[in-house]
Amino acid sequence: MLVLLICSLGVLEIYSATISTKFMGVHLKQVYWILGGVGLMFVVSFFNYQALLERVPLMYLISIASLIAVELFGKKYLGARRWVQLGSFHFQPSEWVKLVLILAMAKYFADTKSECTAQDIVKAGALVGVPMLMVLVQPDLGTALTYIPIAIMGLFLGGMKARHALVILVLGALLAPVGWHVLKPYQRDRLTSFMEPEADPQRHGYQVIQSLVAVGSGGILGKGTAHGSQTQGQFLPVPHTDFIFAAFAEEHGFLGAMGLLLLYFIVLMRLVQNAQTAPDRAGAFVVMGVVAVLAFHVLVNVGMVVGFMPVTGIPLPLMSYGGSSVLFMFLALGIVMNIRMRRFVN
Amino acid sequence: MFGRDEKVSQLRLTAVQYVLLGVFLVLAFGLWRLQVARSDYYSTLAEQNRIKQVPILAPRGKILDREGRIIVDNYPSFSVLLLRDQNRNLQADADKIAAGLHIPPDELRARLKRMAAVPGYQPLFLKDDITPDELAFIESHKAELPELDTITVHRRLYPRNGFMAHIIGYVGQVSEDMLTQPQWELYNPGDIVGMSGVEQYYNDILIGKNGSRQVLVNSRGKEVGTLSDVSAVPGKQLKLTIDLDLQIAAEEALEGKPGAIVAMDPRNGEILAMVSRPAFDPNEFAVRITRDEWNRLITDPGKPLLNKAIQAQLAPGSVFKVIMSTAGLQEGIAQNLVINCGGGKTFYGRFFKCWIASTHGSHGTVGISKAIYQSCDSYFYTLAEKLGISRIAKYATMLGLGQKSGIDLPQEVSGVMPSEEWKIKNFKQKWYAGETISVGIGQGAVATTPIQLARAVGAITSGGVLVRPHVAFPDQFPPGFKQVANYTDQVKIPLDQENWIIITDALANVVSPIGTAGSAHLPGIDFAGKTGSAQTISNQLKAKMGSSEKSKFKDNGWFVGVTPRRNPEIVVACLFEGGEHGALAARVAAKVIKAYVEKQRNSKTQVAKASGTAAGSQQAEVAAVWHEGDAKTPDKMQAGHFTVPTDGKTKPVTSAPGVGEADKPIPRADLETTESHVEMAHPETEPPAENQPTAPATTPEQQAPPAPPPTTKKPAAEPTIAPAAAVLPRSQS
Repeated sequence: MLVLLICSLGVLEIYSATISTKFMGVHLKQVYWILGGVGLMFVVSFFNYQALLERVPLMYLISIASLIAVELFGKKYLGARRWVQLGSFHFQPSEWVKLVLILAMAKYFADTKSECTAQDIVKAGALVGVPMLMVLVQPDLGTALTYIPIAIMGLFLGGMKARHALVILVLGALLAPVGWHVLKPYQRDRLTSFMEPEADPQRHGYQVIQSLVAVGSGGILGKGTAHGSQTQGQFLPVPHTDFIFAAFAEEHGFLGAMGLLLLYFIVLMRLVQNAQTAPDRAGAFVVMGVVAVLAFHVLVNVGMVVGFMPVTGIPLPLMSYGGSSVLFMFLALGIVMNIRMRRFVN
Repeated sequence: MFGRDEKVSQLRLTAVQYVLLGVFLVLAFGLWRLQVARSDYYSTLAEQNRIKQVPILAPRGKILDREGRIIVDNYPSFSVLLLRDQNRNLQADADKIAAGLHIPPDELRARLKRMAAVPGYQPLFLKDDITPDELAFIESHKAELPELDTITVHRRLYPRNGFMAHIIGYVGQVSEDMLTQPQWELYNPGDIVGMSGVEQYYNDILIGKNGSRQVLVNSRGKEVGTLSDVSAVPGKQLKLTIDLDLQIAAEEALEGKPGAIVAMDPRNGEILAMVSRPAFDPNEFAVRITRDEWNRLITDPGKPLLNKAIQAQLAPGSVFKVIMSTAGLQEGIAQNLVINCGGGKTFYGRFFKCWIASTHGSHGTVGISKAIYQSCDSYFYTLAEKLGISRIAKYATMLGLGQKSGIDLPQEVSGVMPSEEWKIKNFKQKWYAGETISVGIGQGAVATTPIQLARAVGAITSGGVLVRPHVAFPDQFPPGFKQVANYTDQVKIPLDQENWIIITDALANVVSPIGTAGSAHLPGIDFAGKTGSAQTISNQLKAKMGSSEKSKFKDNGWFVGVTPRRNPEIVVACLFEGGEHGALAARVAAKVIKAYVEKQRNSKTQVAKASGTAAGSQQAEVAAVWHEGDAKTPDKMQAGHFTVPTDGKTKPVTSAPGVGEADKPIPRADLETTESHVEMAHPETEPPAENQPTAPATTPEQQAPPAPPPTTKKPAAEPTIAPAAAVLPRSQS
């Protein structure tokens, strides 16, 4: 129910943000996606998740294959090759890979002992790392980054020792400069403009500044639906997708935005509770994988909007416009429901 | 299969919960910081937060005459811009915009579609020179249609009624198709560039460099600040060699007659006047020309868009005899050639008629001099036969026929000077000796432009100095302008002094009672020239036609005249299409010559000016010393004291007709009031008379300078450019 509340707020804001643009009417599409998603969720919830887990190796191979397919036949849009066209609609395989990775991590750690060895860490890292690199070359830094919390959550719950974590941290710090060179110029610009948005207000800093202005000018009570000047004046970039939270915060103010954050927090807490009552180790891992992805999305997206995080193309789950993202969330929630339903089994 | 003891550590799950709580607290703090703590600051920013990029259009340079008088000026007007970086659904607004701006909706949609590929930050010019009610539409719909904006444009103000239209040319927008061509690739759609005439040839000088301004606009569309401001660089002005006084005289002289006049200073090639009729109104091009108007212009049989002075290639007729005489005398044939004109002569078994046969018989015994001033065809048939086509072609080519004169105007044509090589190259046929005979009188395949004839006759009367005609002063180009040709180039044509004197004296006799154009005689002016009338179709063909068809193919009248007869200061070539007789063209040219001489005398002595200011006095006392013009007695001078009549036309011309200060369209505020008057001027509800003078059409007339050039005296409603057939030459003579 909470989830649907968030979704409807999303639809409302998509409507408001696109009311005067060429995207007008997409909120209806979003409703269809959500209805489809809910249906999917219930369907999935009746499958035994353990059966799903047993097919993980196959699914993993399919997802690798689909990522290769994107690289080969993908549609180029806005400079990145992320979509494949299936019939009349575009499909973004990197979304569905997320789900497979959650299941794969769960499967992997469910089969190991509670002790987590260095070997396990390397194997799990490779499991996530391979598709992550493939998404990186699309290039889609944002989605690639969402794979990391899946790995971290898996490792953390899998019983990673503190000294292993320390080693990974140190390695990561050492590799960071290398990573800087791998980044595309526009990605670097986004990072630098995050540090100093004022340095280049017309170009790369533009989105950050406009987003801050949108949120800040919303004040405590907000400007009201369809009355946000930043949103309606098209100053805010993509107000119906990545910057939907900024649009929402502008039009509904601090109270509205806090309420929305609270909804997300409650949803996440409920999910963790599901993990605690999950019938087995694998189930708990799956739920916590979903928690990791959802929390990461919220953190990065809202963080970006309030200026704590650099601009990445990470949508706000359940609110941002986009079919793949909506379907992913409901699919994931469907599996969680299934796990919840089976908490007394066994 | 999994025991409860194997479940994940509850401790770690709880840790995750605390981490999540931490994350959300941090995000909440971020929101609080922006929305509560610094809300005012960001609200102010949001208020100012509208950036609009507005181009600043550079005015084109003015075009001046040789004395610095304005020929082409600019006037401010409003254009509508469509700002396409506003993410509006333009197709949805299209109908509203189309209705408000009176643009056909289909056309607007089609343009939007075509422009979809052009980057969105480039504004699209929707409509130029908008009316006050269209301006009001935009102002009142700022909130609904924020993508519309207006901009002040310096629009071209051309002389009215097609005055000088062909030299000036016109400007137009770089169209979407033109952008793909290399010479326009540096321009943006909507840029105004020269499309013809001087506007095109000297576009690089005249065009300015547009600037741009980034302004912050608040949410209600009001400017609150400027981000960047790159000012526009206005175009440079261009001084032409045209003399407005002479141009006015030439325009008047050719009024109502299809044809062309070129007046050139044969000493340096400066074009003093150039007229082509019928003309077009370049002001119609200054704003987007309508399709109907364009179709009318290009289908008009009088070809108003053609600058006939450099683009009409026609048989020169008897004017060619000047070139024939030069060739004949220089080759040592004509001096001793005396024939008996029996109303024609037989060559190669065919009888060639002399024009005199159709009037009263024959020219009798004819030598070179009489052959020129009586234009005896029989003589020049004989001379042509003796010279042969090669020698004729050699001299004609030397004198610039069959090639472009190199004038600094676009689309000049080269004409045709036939020769044996020319025939083989173009027709793969041998030259027949019989064809030479017709060439002797400027018929056959010979085709010349008025400018070519002016240049050739100018060279012969100047003793053999062939100049390159030009309309701009080469030494006044701005630095950095790449000059294509050297306008001061001169070619020396061999012409012996005694031959030169024979030809020039004979040319002077042409406009004397014994010549073919006695009626064009100018008393007190050393005037010389050559008539020509050229068939447009062969006589045999004409004989088969009815009278109505015949009138369509009347002979073209030509005259090329100079003053003084030797080393002239001015050469005037006049083409009078369908003018039948060279004498009529000679009278037209004589008017230009007379205007020139009067201006020279006027500015030298000031006598006429002094007498003109005395009220009612139309006479001036003049003392004069003069020379008969006979080169053989250079020392024989005469003197006298005269009372000469003046016409009182003494007020100087200050600008081309239609571009004076008072002629400029009235600024916006006034227009808005006049607009309401125009609406009131309904047949049933006649407004009080005192409201009438504010109507824009009449204002320029009433505020015109004290003595405007006569063309401006005509009512504005009556077009000065008459259609080709409106005035037939007969009614003139």
